[in-house]
Amino acid sequence: MKHLLSTADLDAATATEILDIATEMASVSGREIKKLPTLRGRTVVNLFYEDSTRTRISFEAAAKRLSADVINFSAKGSSVAKGESLKDTAWTLQAMGADAVVIRHPASGAPHRLAGWVSGSVLNAGDGTHEHPTQALLDAYTMRARMGRLDGLHVAIVGDVLHSRVARSNVLLLNTLGAKVTLVGPPTLVPTDLSSAVQVSYDLDAVLPQADVVMMLRVQRERMTDSYFPSAREYSRRYGLDGARLRRMPSHGIVMHPGPMNRGMEITPEVADSPRSTIVEQVTNGVSVRMACLYLLLGGRS
Amino acid sequence: MARPMTDESSDPAQQVPAQALSKIVLTAADVQRVVDRIAHQILEKTQGAGDVVLLGIATRGVPIARRLAERIRAFEGREVPVGTLDITLYRDDLRRNSIRAVGRTEEPPGGVDGRRVVLVDDVLFSGRTIRAALDALSDLGRPAAVQLAVLVDRGHRQLPIRADYVGKNIPTALSEQVKVRLQEIDGSDEVVLAAGVKDKQA
Amino acid sequence: MSVVLIKGARILGGDPVDLVLRDGVIAELGPGLRADGATVVDADGLVALPGLVDLHTHLREPGREDAETVYTGSRAAALGGYTAVCAMANTSPVADTAGVVEQVYRLGQEAGLVDVQPIGAVTIGLAGERLAELGAMADSAARVRVFSDDGHCVSDPRLMRRALEYVKAFDGVIAQHAEEPRLTEGAQMHEGEVSARLGLTGWPAVAEESIIARDVLLAEHVGARLHVCHVSTAGSVEIIRVAKARGVRVTAEVTPHHLLLTHTRAESYDPVYKVNPPLRTDADVTALREGLRDGTIDIVATDHAPHAAEDKECEWAYARPGMLGLETALPIVLDVLGDQWDLIAERMSRAPARIAGLDNHGHDLKVGAPANLTLIDPTARWTVEATGLASLSHNTPYAGMTVPGRIVATFLRGVPTVLDGKVQK
Repeated sequence: MKHLLSTADLDAATATEILDIATEMASVSGREIKKLPTLRGRTVVNLFYEDSTRTRISFEAAAKRLSADVINFSAKGSSVAKGESLKDTAWTLQAMGADAVVIRHPASGAPHRLAGWVSGSVLNAGDGTHEHPTQALLDAYTMRARMGRLDGLHVAIVGDVLHSRVARSNVLLLNTLGAKVTLVGPPTLVPTDLSSAVQVSYDLDAVLPQADVVMMLRVQRERMTDSYFPSAREYSRRYGLDGARLRRMPSHGIVMHPGPMNRGMEITPEVADSPRSTIVEQVTNGVSVRMACLYLLLGGRS
Repeated sequence: MARPMTDESSDPAQQVPAQALSKIVLTAADVQRVVDRIAHQILEKTQGAGDVVLLGIATRGVPIARRLAERIRAFEGREVPVGTLDITLYRDDLRRNSIRAVGRTEEPPGGVDGRRVVLVDDVLFSGRTIRAALDALSDLGRPAAVQLAVLVDRGHRQLPIRADYVGKNIPTALSEQVKVRLQEIDGSDEVVLAAGVKDKQA
Repeated sequence: MSVVLIKGARILGGDPVDLVLRDGVIAELGPGLRADGATVVDADGLVALPGLVDLHTHLREPGREDAETVYTGSRAAALGGYTAVCAMANTSPVADTAGVVEQVYRLGQEAGLVDVQPIGAVTIGLAGERLAELGAMADSAARVRVFSDDGHCVSDPRLMRRALEYVKAFDGVIAQHAEEPRLTEGAQMHEGEVSARLGLTGWPAVAEESIIARDVLLAEHVGARLHVCHVSTAGSVEIIRVAKARGVRVTAEVTPHHLLLTHTRAESYDPVYKVNPPLRTDADVTALREGLRDGTIDIVATDHAPHAAEDKECEWAYARPGMLGLETALPIVLDVLGDQWDLIAERMSRAPARIAGLDNHGHDLKVGAPANLTLIDPTARWTVEATGLASLSHNTPYAGMTVPGRIVATFLRGVPTVLDGKVQK
């Protein structure tokens, strides 16, 4: 595996292998010494064009636990802020000998472009409204850890699917791994022609009784001013997950959220803090999954 | 995304078909006798194996460690904890090869702190695997002592490492390959010496 | 004045014939002609077409001379078989005054490779708020007849109505860039399955179709001429077909790239495929080809849009839309329509000259007609190379593609601008 740009690039065997390796990595994280010598001498650059402390820290922890050297390159206060193009930045990273570049960028496809300009590996840490592959992998890891399987699982992804890179990566990966996906949200926020392999519903209450997993997406309040829905109150009444709705789910069902949450908007504190919620585990699992990805990208001959 | 996965202990056994060029150095009965003997030696050398844990190095060290535990139980009625150690993430030659599959590491029940850990592997060759295993072991905890048991020692050490328990010393040329087959993985027990086509380090 | 003798050209693919070009016109036509002191051009096996006319060219001067100039764009045009191009108004400063259109016109005359006919802006600064001095531009030395805010849509219906009405006084035409701006805010590519997958904001077909539907009704209401730029959807073709059947004075153009390429090109995220309107679906391509054949779409126009490397070598969303077209238009149309030479002449020379009011262009090759023509080798195939084109910019979507038809020679008023595939100036 040279790059990780999209979960569409992962076949079932490779995706499963990442989850399996992540399981091993997780056991390292439980040890007294949370460090492996695996990527000693390798350089990983975190190139972040968007503020995302959570994701950056997760990648940084993953790279450091594998003994890689980590360089954080944030767009703020750097030459990037002074208007340097992505291509020129790519050449700079190339000259610095970056073995892998972890890129977060507001423009869809920026990691694809970068991959054409650097010789090292490119890992997509979220690009515009396109994809966020490691988030989907950690979500799949969390589901497998909680439910024991992915094949045949029914996953409802609820909210602003249209603008969600998390949803896109999850739909592709979950399809590959045999789960059944239903997208739920107001028609303005669910693209109708996303894929024939997914189902679409506008009625959350109808979907919940069959859902093994409900994944709530963050809904940005600015969507309201763009007339995607009339008000936050109406949105949460129709598509928010509260205690009453949680009780409509099967008793084994779990609730996921990629964070950061809008408590009171798409999810109530009662649900977010319930034992059925996996939100904290998702953060923990993120480090293990990213370690597995870095190993697969950098652990062999380059 | 398909890419070759290498697992050095399994591929020579499967890829070299040249029966004419290979010689059986241990038969199934020999393997059984050798394991029995190592089990006795461990009991003898550790005064009854009271503080011993066995740590099998993936892949073929793991069934050998389990057999040793089983023999010790049969001889003395003592339960010796068994764990597995995958050293892939500790190898010093990762950059020279394509990506390797990562195996399972399972700490033995009760852990390794303060115990006498016997590392178990099939073949001792350059010593690099054992070096990696010692690194991996030190990240698991702090044993009181570490010993090494191998089914075959074929020589050609590159590091100052020696085994405490050796099933059989087999003098080899560098170009030759020692292939260990075990019932649990390969369907039968035997050790074969084959004229190799390349210099493979164990 | 030079004299040119063309030997054995097949006019519109007919039987070989000789032509003598003298004093800017076709002086003689027939077999076995001789002309003393003439430059002789061996046209054995070559097809002669009236010089091509492009109703939609971005020459970037004034303002972005790093991407293209009137001179470099004229070279590209001549190499593409063109003898006239209409230069779009979205320069910097905008061509919204007599001064700017005359400057562009004069630069074209100085280059002397094709007739550069400036298009005037409909509204001041392309801002869509107040009419530019359309009459002053019409009365200027540039004799502007086509007005367009191309790049922007004249979206205000009342302003569009006034513009359509106002230019009737001098037989002008409004060339509309049909794009409902509120429906395309932030739009990056055709809205559909591919945009959903790539996470790029969609540009829905309805944003084009709704404006065209409105505009044909406005044109019908005020009895004015309307020209629709770069039609890109099957629905647009259908609306124009119905409008023409009702007798609305509407004409329409399609670009070579919309006749050939589809939205799946965006999968590479390479902005060389980013264009406005965007590349659409296979069904749209089929409908556009059918519309071009049956005359619903009157002409092929290039929408030649050069962009400097830094505006394309970047993230898709940050790239400027547009593609080169002048040097590849005829090969692409030949590929799409086959060797229907009369149809090609109609769609790429006669009809665009009529719409633009270019009286000296688009004439059949007959004795006494202006000697504006081009010679094509229909059997030659060549591979497009981005750096092999004459344009200052390299943003061709056809790089690496092998296309039919090599433009061998072009003549403007009897003077060779291109001979043996090379610019003569």
